[in-house]
Amino acid sequence: MLLWQILIDGFAISSLYALGATGFTLIFGVSGVLNLSHGSLMVAAAVAAWALGASFGGSYVGAIFGALVALLLSVVTYFLVVRPLQQTKRIREEEKEIFILTATLLWGIMIQEAIAYLFTNNAKTVLPIVGGVVTIAGVRTPANEIFTAAICWLAIGALWLLVNRTQVGKTVLAASMNPRGVTLLGVELSIVYIAVWAIYGILAGIAGVLLGMFLGVSSYSAGPLTASAFSIVVLGGLGSVSGSLIAAYVVGYLETLTAYLASPAYRTIPALLLLVVVMYIRPRGLLGRR
Amino acid sequence: MLLRILRSPAIWIALIVVIIAATLPLYVSGYVLGLLTIAYYFGVFSMAWDLLFGFANEVNFGPTFLIGLGAYTAGILDNLYQPPIWVCVLAGTSAAVVGGVILALPALRLRGPYFGLTTLVAVLMLQNFVVVAAGLTGGEIGLTVPDVLSIDDKVNYWIALGFMAISGAALYGLSRSPVGLILQASGQDPVQAAALGFNVTKHKLAAFIVSAFFSGLAGALMVFYLGAASVGTFIDVTVGVQVIIGAVIGGRRTILGAAIGAIFLIAMGETLRPLGDLATFIVSAMALVVVLLFPSGFVGMIARRREAT
Repeated sequence: MLLWQILIDGFAISSLYALGATGFTLIFGVSGVLNLSHGSLMVAAAVAAWALGASFGGSYVGAIFGALVALLLSVVTYFLVVRPLQQTKRIREEEKEIFILTATLLWGIMIQEAIAYLFTNNAKTVLPIVGGVVTIAGVRTPANEIFTAAICWLAIGALWLLVNRTQVGKTVLAASMNPRGVTLLGVELSIVYIAVWAIYGILAGIAGVLLGMFLGVSSYSAGPLTASAFSIVVLGGLGSVSGSLIAAYVVGYLETLTAYLASPAYRTIPALLLLVVVMYIRPRGLLGRR
Repeated sequence: MLLRILRSPAIWIALIVVIIAATLPLYVSGYVLGLLTIAYYFGVFSMAWDLLFGFANEVNFGPTFLIGLGAYTAGILDNLYQPPIWVCVLAGTSAAVVGGVILALPALRLRGPYFGLTTLVAVLMLQNFVVVAAGLTGGEIGLTVPDVLSIDDKVNYWIALGFMAISGAALYGLSRSPVGLILQASGQDPVQAAALGFNVTKHKLAAFIVSAFFSGLAGALMVFYLGAASVGTFIDVTVGVQVIIGAVIGGRRTILGAAIGAIFLIAMGETLRPLGDLATFIVSAMALVVVLLFPSGFVGMIARRREAT
């Protein structure tokens, strides 16, 4: 009974982590940017879905609006924060990474504070799209939890198809391997980057809205969300999507196990310990590429 | 070497500013003094961070790990046994240095973002520990310390100012010394620095120890100024972010700029406080503008203008 409960709950939360981390690792793989405003983007999507859902009563409309807000914010992040730093000549090439980290961090705080100012700090729960409860193996599970896991996997599957089966995806893949080569083939690199940031925005938006339905969000969640995406991605190996997926499940189940068996207060500790151990034994993460 | 430092105008300007700052208690209110006292401790935090960021080229996302270790060790010791304050401060500083070495030894094998994440995780673990071991640390409510440095605002202010001035001089001197130059070389091009026969890891470790020493010392002193320690004032990631922003907007690789940036940040935050949540928004936006348009910070801008003329 408890085992099934942990398995089901853990699966839903892990799928959510997986979706959140996929976008994060995609951006790193293609443009080498660790976007520390990731959590704020997710929270913005959830709050947008909540605000529109509350005023119009349509949870579908709210959810789509939330994902669109994240898409817009993500593209703005690229143009306003990341691109100027990538192109400036005043910062030395090897120091840009540090500046982009700092700038996206600041940008994330700005989004977070703007949300807190406009919509207060209170936790918000987005209206679930699917209502009701189903019983699986004797565990009463909200239907929306299953819906969450399904949407996460659909989105990840769609991303996989996009990257591996379409022209756009192949260009993106090529750009992540050899930007110069792609430019020589006549592809405008900025368009590739805009496309990647847009895809990333939608993924983060979906993850944010689903998280808002599942656990609820407040502007305080932004920091921890960024930190968890960051640790999952590093645990799996930066730039490795399959590594991130595995790491998301490891972290998700570890947290659920701890929450059920020990205490919700200790929820994050085992995952952090595991991360430290992996860092020391395999500094490149589980499936990191050299 | 010493002569060269004495001849640089920065040190003389800094000296004059410190002397003027020392006379402030004669004509400003206790409120402003209290604010500046905190700002000076943050100045030390930022300067210690700049040594790692600007010179060793390592992003330490966990300055508050070192600060928190110093603050809480000193606070807990005082709470349990009430030894003289200097014993507590010494213990706090040593704890920060030991913690820094434990963190840095394995972490320095890692590069860039991996190093950053490890330091961030260290902060989260310390935070979890403080909350879980509430019996010892006061948990989320915080720890009250029976002793304080002084009950007089002015004395507290002078202690903080003096401490910042001495730390600033020490860190600035170190950064301009041959060791500082080797450190800078190790940060910018580790391979070449190693090829020239310098032990890169040893220098970075030394930088981490120095940074931990000043962070821990400042944290321990600040506990005895505030008379209390809490996660929100010493360990939380947002405190670390503030230290980082201060150093970045003040000017990377300038040490003294970091202190200016941190003081500016605290003063700005307080001035804008009536705006509530908007205050943090405005401060972050200003910091972002500085990062985007003037990546070398306040002091870097002035230095460049002087070079240009």
